[in-house]
Amino acid sequence: MAVADIVKRCQDMYEDLNFTYAREWKAAKAGRKVVGFLPVYAPMEMIHAAGCLPLGIFGGGDQMEVIHGDAYYQSYICRIPRSTIELGVTGRVDFVDGMIFPFVCDVIRNLSGIWKMMFPNVWSKFFDTPQNFDPSIGGDYYAVELQELREGLEQLTGRKITDDDIRRSISLYNENRRLVREVYAFRAKEPWKAPTSEVYVLMRAGLMMDVEEHNQLLKDYMAAAAAEDRPKRDNVRIAIYGSFCEQPPLNLIKSIEMAGCYVVEDDYSLVNRFITEDVPVDGDPVRNLAMSFITHSVETSCKYVPKLGEKGKYHVAQVKQCGAEGVIYATPSFCDPALLDRPMICSALTEAKIPYISFKYAENSGQMQPIREQAGTFADSIKLWS
Amino acid sequence: MSTEAAKEPSMLMQKEMIARNYEAITSKHETGRKVSSTFVPGNLNELLMCFDIVNNLPEINAIQAGMRKASGGYIMEAEKSGHSEDVCTYVKADIGQMSKGNIAPNGKPYPDPDVLMLSYTGCYTFMKWFELLREQYKCPTLMLHVPYEGDGHSTKNMRDYIVKQLKEVVIPGLEEVSGVKFDIDRLRGYLKNSAKAEDDLVWCLEQGKHKPSPIDAYFGGVYYIGPIFTAFRGTEDAVKYYEMLRAEVQGRIDRKEGPLTPEGTSFNDQKYRLVVEGPPNWTHFREFWKMFYDEGAVVVASSYTKVGGMYDLGFRHDPDNPLESLADYCLGCYTNRNLPTRVDILAKYVEEYEADGLLINSIKSCNSFSAGQLMIMKEVERRTGKPGAFIETDLVDPRYFSAANVKNRLESYFQMIEQKRRGGGSKTVAA
Ligand code: SF4
Ligand code: SF4
Repeated sequence: MAVADIVKRCQDMYEDLNFTYAREWKAAKAGRKVVGFLPVYAPMEMIHAAGCLPLGIFGGGDQMEVIHGDAYYQSYICRIPRSTIELGVTGRVDFVDGMIFPFVCDVIRNLSGIWKMMFPNVWSKFFDTPQNFDPSIGGDYYAVELQELREGLEQLTGRKITDDDIRRSISLYNENRRLVREVYAFRAKEPWKAPTSEVYVLMRAGLMMDVEEHNQLLKDYMAAAAAEDRPKRDNVRIAIYGSFCEQPPLNLIKSIEMAGCYVVEDDYSLVNRFITEDVPVDGDPVRNLAMSFITHSVETSCKYVPKLGEKGKYHVAQVKQCGAEGVIYATPSFCDPALLDRPMICSALTEAKIPYISFKYAENSGQMQPIREQAGTFADSIKLWS
Repeated sequence: MSTEAAKEPSMLMQKEMIARNYEAITSKHETGRKVSSTFVPGNLNELLMCFDIVNNLPEINAIQAGMRKASGGYIMEAEKSGHSEDVCTYVKADIGQMSKGNIAPNGKPYPDPDVLMLSYTGCYTFMKWFELLREQYKCPTLMLHVPYEGDGHSTKNMRDYIVKQLKEVVIPGLEEVSGVKFDIDRLRGYLKNSAKAEDDLVWCLEQGKHKPSPIDAYFGGVYYIGPIFTAFRGTEDAVKYYEMLRAEVQGRIDRKEGPLTPEGTSFNDQKYRLVVEGPPNWTHFREFWKMFYDEGAVVVASSYTKVGGMYDLGFRHDPDNPLESLADYCLGCYTNRNLPTRVDILAKYVEEYEADGLLINSIKSCNSFSAGQLMIMKEVERRTGKPGAFIETDLVDPRYFSAANVKNRLESYFQMIEQKRRGGGSKTVAA
């Protein structure tokens, strides 16, 4: 498959707010169930092990008009909860049997309750991940939470999830994460061959399709992108942070690229990069999932950083590792996690002499000119001073 | 309106207690006492007392700054230094205050805390707030993660997790900071006092069921909850304070009087009985309150008086199960309960307190309370058949208090209640 075909397929899926793929997947076999999850991390292995399709729901993007959702949220609350409500009340997710609301912030936390009230027939679960990272404290707690999630899914599907089911799913998701990391490394090495506007839709589509299919697609994309001859431009290399929950419109990503930036690192829809190493397959699979979260997961705003002096160090290390020359800290408006973190992350960047700019967006931002100008000026300044 | 609010003996006692606590905080260098910063929800005051640690609450300091009209300047200062205009204004008032000398209400500088007791209950911002302060103070930070009651109840796993953190993180951490060995019997003693004071607080709050109501459960309520929600739960002083408060409320019931307004008159002519959800605005507190009693509106129950513990639902600190009861306390604070439970609580208040409806004061920069409040209002209206209203202000940012808007909306709401009483339909008053 050529790059353009793969990207088109992914982009079509990403733009399809009727979730045709998931509907068809469910209809293909009697008894199949779809379980949606919101940002920023959900243990997809467990959903998969239950025989369900994990479906990433990342708001409504810039293609959907929000009519009902605004009646549920004041103007000073970010956009993703209102567009998610819109998806619900317009029947776009009426085939979804369960919804997981992972801990990100109080908005998604409270949305879990709204969902319970609005859609009482859907199994809705607020999924709280630990903020204590001691294996015998937070690890123990989290293993039991995962076990409860397992039981909830068993009730939903009416079938037991065996340890071997989970192990099989862990293997598939380990491969997925490895391939995702490879795509990211490939992009960091030769960003002109794997523009972020492509990588982004490739990742988003992956959160809506069967994992084995996505694994193949990742391999196909890398092979096709490596084979394609694309010109290398005199762009600067930047990392994007602050965009882990409500997603920017694709146009915003394209605008940053058009302004002379290669995005070589990002925290867009983090789910498939949240765990940074393979989850061990042998042994107690629930414990293994718990421990991987505790010991090998990214630093992001919804996680507490226990040690003084460590805040933002992760971001600095990532920037260095992927050879970024600057950071764009791009956050959704009214996003508590990203905005409360901003001064701390940015001061760690300053200390490491990494230039940065920051701006806010909404998933339906339409005006790209100011962003293009800001990113262009930033790129120019990096070229001038580096 | 007189400039000095009229005060009852309990208020004077509380004022004196607060002054003493500020004195203890600001004199730490002379006395050698250690100071912790912590939050109101999930406040572990009895535990801190076991280590002779003085409790300083940055939320309360922000409120104090708001009431003194100083918070606006602090917030602008924080925004100038890179803090977003979108985030919680308590945080910015606190951080801005540091750059303006960090002066306590007693005129003396706040000393740096020795420990940040990050009791992480019911609000995401708490976590970031103390990460931010930790950068500044570079002192030990003890995180106590309290899981959210997403399914409407706590579980054994949640409780065990909290108790384990108390045993393995919090208590050893406080021992190290203070040099004092933990004595569980000392904790039991304090918890006994807590339970006594909690009984009296609940009794006082429940008197809002009388007509006329002898209390205002929002504007007056913020005073009633003061000692229990802050640095005094577990002390003998708090026990005495609530005995005194109870006697005052009983006196008003006997005399068929309403609560005292800041102008010193008894608010007896109560036309409207409201349940209020959300924190108040502090920068225009008295003006805000006046808009209610001028129109004859008394608040008979509120959710804000439950942020630091939902004692009216039956919970009491339990000397026989000290750590477990601290865990249960943290789990049960109002904003740690899921939205369907918040709806249940508010609908129950509207019914049990025979209120005319639910008024929501939605706080611009507080997602913990605010995200979902429109849904809460719709649901409570649907269940009770009583009209709701929605106003928007901020906690301590004076830029977001529009007196004319709030007044207008309140007046429309009261008209709607009148209409409803005459048998007309109900329609929400909202933005
Ligand atoms: S965009 Fe930010 S504030 Fe909004 S739901 Fe996501 S994390 Fe929360
Ligand atoms: S509960 Fe609201 S007001 Fe209090 S700290 Fe959290 S965000 Fe701020």
